Amino acid sequence: MDPRHVNAVVVGAGAGGGIVAKELSEGGLSVVLLERGDWVSFETHGQDELLNQRTTVLGNAYGPDDRSPRVCETAPGKWAVVMPNEGGYANNAACVGSGTVSYGAMAWRYMEKDFRMRSTYGAPEGSTLEDWPISYADLEPFYEKAEWEIGVSGDMSANPFSPPRRRPYPMPAFAYNREGVMLEAAAKRLGLHPFPIPMLRNSVPRAGRNACIHNRYCCGFACPNNAKNGTQNTAIPAALATGNCELRTNSIASEIVVDDSGRARGVRYFDADGGARYQTSDLVVASGGAIETARLLLNSKSRLFPNGAGNRFDWVGRNLQGHAYSGADGLFEEETFDDVGPGATIAISDFNHGNPGIRGGAALCNEFIRPPYGFSGMRPPGAPSWGKAHKDYQRRYFKRSVSIRGPVQEMPVFDARMQIDPSVRDSWGIPVARLSGSRHPHDIEIGRQMAARAEAWLKEAGAVTTWTNLPGLGLSGGQHQAGTCRMGNDPKISVTDKHGRVHDIDNLFVSDSSLHVTNGGFNPALTIMALGFWVGYHINEAWKGGKLG
Amino acid sequence: MGAPDPAPAGGGGLSRRAALKLGMVGVIGAAVGAGSTVAFARMVRRPQPRYRFLSDAEASLLTGICEQLIPRDDVAGAADTGAVDFIDRQLGGAYGRHRQAYRAGLESFRRTCIQAHGAPFQDLPGDGRIGALRSIERGEAPAALWGEPSQRDFFSMVLAHTMQGFYGSPRHGGNRGYASYRMLGLNYPQVLGQNRYPKA
Repeated sequence: MDPRHVNAVVVGAGAGGGIVAKELSEGGLSVVLLERGDWVSFETHGQDELLNQRTTVLGNAYGPDDRSPRVCETAPGKWAVVMPNEGGYANNAACVGSGTVSYGAMAWRYMEKDFRMRSTYGAPEGSTLEDWPISYADLEPFYEKAEWEIGVSGDMSANPFSPPRRRPYPMPAFAYNREGVMLEAAAKRLGLHPFPIPMLRNSVPRAGRNACIHNRYCCGFACPNNAKNGTQNTAIPAALATGNCELRTNSIASEIVVDDSGRARGVRYFDADGGARYQTSDLVVASGGAIETARLLLNSKSRLFPNGAGNRFDWVGRNLQGHAYSGADGLFEEETFDDVGPGATIAISDFNHGNPGIRGGAALCNEFIRPPYGFSGMRPPGAPSWGKAHKDYQRRYFKRSVSIRGPVQEMPVFDARMQIDPSVRDSWGIPVARLSGSRHPHDIEIGRQMAARAEAWLKEAGAVTTWTNLPGLGLSGGQHQAGTCRMGNDPKISVTDKHGRVHDIDNLFVSDSSLHVTNGGFNPALTIMALGFWVGYHINEAWKGGKLG
Repeated sequence: MGAPDPAPAGGGGLSRRAALKLGMVGVIGAAVGAGSTVAFARMVRRPQPRYRFLSDAEASLLTGICEQLIPRDDVAGAADTGAVDFIDRQLGGAYGRHRQAYRAGLESFRRTCIQAHGAPFQDLPGDGRIGALRSIERGEAPAALWGEPSQRDFFSMVLAHTMQGFYGSPRHGGNRGYASYRMLGLNYPQVLGQNRYPKA
């Protein structure tokens, strides 16, 4: 028997979906929140370096598993099936809270120019670079909501490039670890403006949860102390507490049903026992992340939209972006390691904009603690990778290294995309995503400049050996995936309007990183959360008298 | 290090994996079916293989390779601390897709040592073993002896897995006694709350 009709089905309980479910259920709508994964906890995998969200050589601790393959283009015209823990899959966690359970929890607001990339810089040839249909000022109150409701520790007073804010952070910033202290002094000598990274972690006890205990392994892992704030321990419990929201885990959405008049009627999904279910609703919100949301839309074919919901002009699944991470590594004579996790504490925003000859840039941060296996791959070019020399290097430098990385803002490319594979299906029989295309060459130019800045910073901090890390042209995506259902004012060159409402389907919304027109030179989580509040607010505004206006 | 660059996929894909799984099911089924005193007597008489996937000869060669990749010095190396057991265990699970690469690659490796270096790997002098490994790392061994995997792919696969065994959690079979964590001076397991509070 199919479940009773509700006002809203939200597909995906991550950063975007968890928040929109809370907003709608607090607004009085009855909500079903479908999540393909399950609740996860620290207890399952602990601090296993080979089995976590960041290093997946023994599997995906936070899902999905091999029941959900994808297809990747490995060379022009050559396709290969890839499993979720393999390179190229571009995985996002499949669990309640999704990536916000195990993320590094950097809490960035994008800058004003990040919303106006095209009018600031002009699009390079071969890029669909565009402005967002909303400004930073539009989103500012919703960034604030995310910072206060989910919980951020930070202090932007030392960052002159920070976009304007009306209210300070709810918790004080974290102190620098040893690397941070070294890098702060060096940055100031270089005339730069270092500041503590804002974090979705509790620097003090807050909202009934503990303060951070500076665990070594944080980025890639669930928190043993519940001090890291994701939707799984904030927005989703709040949604459930209203009594209006039902969370269904292990539920795999296969299709949004769109009727012949072009309205969404509900969502078909498979429940935890594999049974086919049809949940009808007054409205649907797709929040599966940039790849899975686009997949769901493209798999939702109807009379008016034979190529998938919202795909009248062939924009769904395109402009897949991530971040072209760039930076530098350095080795030191003195110990840099103090085991104060998670390790990333200091940033500069001096190079996000205003760089000569390039569009945008990146925030530069010191890296999270490099664990032992990860460190075995951290070598200057040409250094021996095995034998006695390997072991000597591990011993000598494990506690004497610093890495700086920046998430380079990418130039969107129309052919960097996910499509529906014509033959491969997942364990539920649903056609899977296939990924193809490459980054824009300009990303590499930006990366080179960011890496040079990072290397200079390390040298000033006293590194005796330094080398740069540059991005390649391979398709982006991964945990920072974005852009596949961009918002815009012109239905011909975007998928949703500025409120996340799919053009032509008045009761279908998107609320996740798919909406990002560009992806900022920052980690995207807080922006996804802010958009969750934004989309949720506008749905509630349109919801009058028990139906959607 | 955030979103990883897509790497070429390992090929193979569903069909081979599915076939492997079916093969394993078959073995388990047979064992259950043969739960008799006859089977028990056989088990007692015949020496059982020490490993789950690797033959004793393959395991011995792999041990020799691991000894060179992370050698013993004043502290234990990869082979001393269970790297081969780790790899063998994973070949029945997370490394399942690499089974054929190990089977074929170890055979190519064995023949390379005999034909290009004049002796089995384990009988080469220390320098000779390092030289043999280096030639395979660089793709300089006789091409006729290598098919799928290529010698360079085989080398980088075994190197990565050896590192994972030596530096990963002991719960997977390698890094016995927390050897690598001791070597690096990392306290482990971490005691929550101990020395982890920020200075005021």
